[in-house]
Amino acid sequence: MDIIRQLEAEQAQKIEAKRTLPEFQPGDTVRVLVRVTEGTRTRVQAYEGVCIARAGSGFQENFTVRKISYGEGVERVFPVYSPMVEGVEVVRRGKVRRAKLYYLRDRRGKSARIVENTSVRARKLNDATREAAQAERARVEAEKAAAAEKLAAEKAAAAEANTAE
Amino acid sequence: MRSGVIAQKLGMTRIYNDAGEHVPVTVLRMENCQVVAQRTQEKNGYTAVQLGVGLAKVKNTSKALRGHFATASVEPKAKVAEFRVTPENLLDIGAEITVEHFVAGQKVDVTGTSIGKGFQGVIKRHNFGGGRATHGNSVSHRVHGSTGQRQDPGKVFKGKKMAGHMGDVRVTTQNVEVVSTDTDRGLILIRGAVPGSKGAWIMVRDAAKVSLPDNAPKPAAIRAAAQASNEAPATEGAE
Repeated sequence: MDIIRQLEAEQAQKIEAKRTLPEFQPGDTVRVLVRVTEGTRTRVQAYEGVCIARAGSGFQENFTVRKISYGEGVERVFPVYSPMVEGVEVVRRGKVRRAKLYYLRDRRGKSARIVENTSVRARKLNDATREAAQAERARVEAEKAAAAEKLAAEKAAAAEANTAE
Repeated sequence: MRSGVIAQKLGMTRIYNDAGEHVPVTVLRMENCQVVAQRTQEKNGYTAVQLGVGLAKVKNTSKALRGHFATASVEPKAKVAEFRVTPENLLDIGAEITVEHFVAGQKVDVTGTSIGKGFQGVIKRHNFGGGRATHGNSVSHRVHGSTGQRQDPGKVFKGKKMAGHMGDVRVTTQNVEVVSTDTDRGLILIRGAVPGSKGAWIMVRDAAKVSLPDNAPKPAAIRAAAQASNEAPATEGAE
């Protein structure tokens, strides 16, 4: 593997260790959790809209999410491996026949709707993501519980040491 | 003035910094960058170091160069170049420079040979506007137009921008930032583009117009010194 690929693979691995994005494609309505820094504080902001395109490949891949904000169309492009993207939730899977849904830019209201995809594949994907999300939640809970237990144990040990003195 | 280094351009990619921002980088690799010869005031009238980089097959190295490398007792190099230095920054022959020579965040000047474009017209070569597309234009859409005045001066001035060979010239880009260095693989990551094609030899030196940061190693980051510091903790771990 050449060094450029190696560098990219390493970075991709680092990001994937933190989070993996569910499978989604153009036409799906997604909620992107974006890290926002305001002064010194960072928080997570949700950006919900229709994924209208996925472009690039490998480490350079990105996706475009379009939404209507206060009557004005807004599009944001997110790199798949950006550390600013904390996660993606698929809200709804859409049934479309194109890879790039740029025609939505010229449409408003009723004609800009996308029919929901109710195929077996979509349902399977939904189930898989739901399971993955549950597993993730369980993992976080377990971690929290473990941390709390550890803290309690430490406290107890400290208290014991105090009484011994 | 420290010595620069010779590195090979591998290509471009992107990295994300600690703030999560995307930074486009050019990846340069340094391999066996050794001092091949010295130039001194007494002998040559100026001070400089001659560096060699890469690996060349002995059978493809000329007899003269083989002798030159033999006197320095280094392996034949694929590329050789000189860097002017101040006398206190002169390096010993055979010393190998490592990527720690540059510190993250410092500015450097990079020199390479730009990608050749062949014979090009004035629109691509000099950003001319070209002629009109319609309104009776006859085969003069991409021509340069007039090249001068009348009987007086009666000649085309020197330096007139015309069609001709484009690219494949030595280009220096000043004040580009070193994003990071990778010691294990000998990589230098430079923000933005660097002149030259992939695989081309690039000369990297400290920026002429920006002062050097204090933590940059002087006179240079040499391999032997780096090895000693690396080996110490390694042997401790073995015990």
